[in-house]
Amino acid sequence: MGRGTKIERGEVEHVARLARLKLSEEEKGLFTDHLNSILDYMEKLNELDTGAIEPTFHVVSHQNVMREDEVKESQPQEAALENAPDKAQGCFRVPKII
Amino acid sequence: MYRLTIHELHERLKGKEVTAQEATRVLLKRIQEVDPKIKAYLTVTEQEAMDEAKEADRRIAAGKAAPLTGVALAIKDNMCTQGIKTTCASKILEHFIPPYDATVVKRLKDEGGVLLGKANMDEFAMGSSTENSRFTVTHNPWNLDTIPGGSSGGSAAAVAADACIAALGSDTGGSIRQPAACCGVVGMKPTYGRISRYGLVAFGSSLDQIGPITKDVEDCAILLNAIAGHDPLDSTSIDLPIPDYRTALVKDVKGWTLGVPQEFFVEGMDPQVEEQVGQAIRVLEGLGATVNEISLPHTGYAVATYYIICTAEASSNLARYDGVKYGFRAPGSKELMEMYQETRSEGFGPEVKRRIMLGTYVLSSGYYDAYYRKASQVRTLIKEDFEKAFAECDVIITPTSPTPAFHLGEKMEDPLQMYLSDIFTISVNLAGVPAISIPCGFSKEGLPIGLQIIGRHCEEERIIQAAYTFEQSTDHHFKRPELSE
Repeated sequence: MGRGTKIERGEVEHVARLARLKLSEEEKGLFTDHLNSILDYMEKLNELDTGAIEPTFHVVSHQNVMREDEVKESQPQEAALENAPDKAQGCFRVPKII
Repeated sequence: MYRLTIHELHERLKGKEVTAQEATRVLLKRIQEVDPKIKAYLTVTEQEAMDEAKEADRRIAAGKAAPLTGVALAIKDNMCTQGIKTTCASKILEHFIPPYDATVVKRLKDEGGVLLGKANMDEFAMGSSTENSRFTVTHNPWNLDTIPGGSSGGSAAAVAADACIAALGSDTGGSIRQPAACCGVVGMKPTYGRISRYGLVAFGSSLDQIGPITKDVEDCAILLNAIAGHDPLDSTSIDLPIPDYRTALVKDVKGWTLGVPQEFFVEGMDPQVEEQVGQAIRVLEGLGATVNEISLPHTGYAVATYYIICTAEASSNLARYDGVKYGFRAPGSKELMEMYQETRSEGFGPEVKRRIMLGTYVLSSGYYDAYYRKASQVRTLIKEDFEKAFAECDVIITPTSPTPAFHLGEKMEDPLQMYLSDIFTISVNLAGVPAISIPCGFSKEGLPIGLQIIGRHCEEERIIQAAYTFEQSTDHHFKRPELSE
């Protein structure tokens, strides 16, 4: 459990790609240092044997909440598009995908 | 007049001594005077406030004044306000105008409350000093060189400087209680699920909770009455009846057992904080309460647990900011992936990026079990600590923060040091229980010190009663920063 080695710059670049962030060279160096010192601190948790303990993902009892399927008014299309950075013909417009 | 509490203003409005429009005008003028010094507001909604005050006056004239009718309030800028910018103090939401009101905002409006404006905060509520705002730095009204606390620093500073009658904040790891302590006001984080999160911009969804920041405990009960209760639009809101929290405004702790956790009085705490909190405990003892030393053995693991869970949740929640449907989009991108990356890299500030990176890392393939699952298991231990402790006491008493407000810039270079300033508040969020911070004294430098009172799940009444008893036996809540003179 835990991590045997320090996070390298390459791993920071990989995580940034997963998070859809483009980091500057300076940020890459800074985040490598910060993540290492924060993760070192988190190693503390390995002092605890938690093998048989149920994880808590939520503090209130977790059950699905259902409601009747009623027809109701929703946001009008114009309101939903109001904040769009770019739109056309009642749709959100984005740069080329393929 | 700007010094009034909610209940004092309500009496004057009802007695026709003042109109809501007069009161609102005074508050708007007060903002003009003091906000250039403290910078608590990101947006002041002068026109809307005057319109709402006019409507409030009609309600009062019709004899239908609710406790918040005509009362001027500040809202942290992460709660959606229809037609009014809601930025989260982030460039990525700089121009976002919500098409709907958060449930809490709707409830305040339904009672005839007057919204003065939107309060500054750490970007996406990530921080303990409000220095992570992308727009402005808020200053503590008690000493302009110190932080107001965070992330609800704008709300707390506005209340302390009488730049509103009361305010709403949000608390994921202490973001209501720590700024309330730093600014010498009352701040409550209710039980997780007590208050709808619908329309609150999500940070750590299993931890986030909205709550009141007020000038006294009575106001806290009044504001809580207005916003608490089940909401079908938030599936995590608790479906239980809400008591009238004002019935808990009783000056009596005779026979109560106060739990004082040994783990909270450790090295590194400012001796003045220890002294003032110790004195506060003696005040409550003098009123008939007994002190029981209790143990919350996993306290030392709370910060590590919290920063794994909250960053994991944040990295998922903030994935929605992609420059497509609303918010900022970086100009000039030729293809989609480039647009996502440019938008998010320009739109988010350094602390938000750091937490997204950390959260993405702890959830990434190969590390999920070692970090996220492990932290969620330790969360169970922390929750059980509280359950066991509450078998031996009625409320738990601790300092809110290990130090009074620190200096602006002091902890900005060292994220871990900043995280550790939440050490006394975050285990409360992990356990989901309610807690309040009230002023309990001042440091030699004249900075406020906060007392935290923690209660059992859904027992807000009990912490209100303990806080009210202490407040009514002391005079800390009457003190105001010199700024007000």
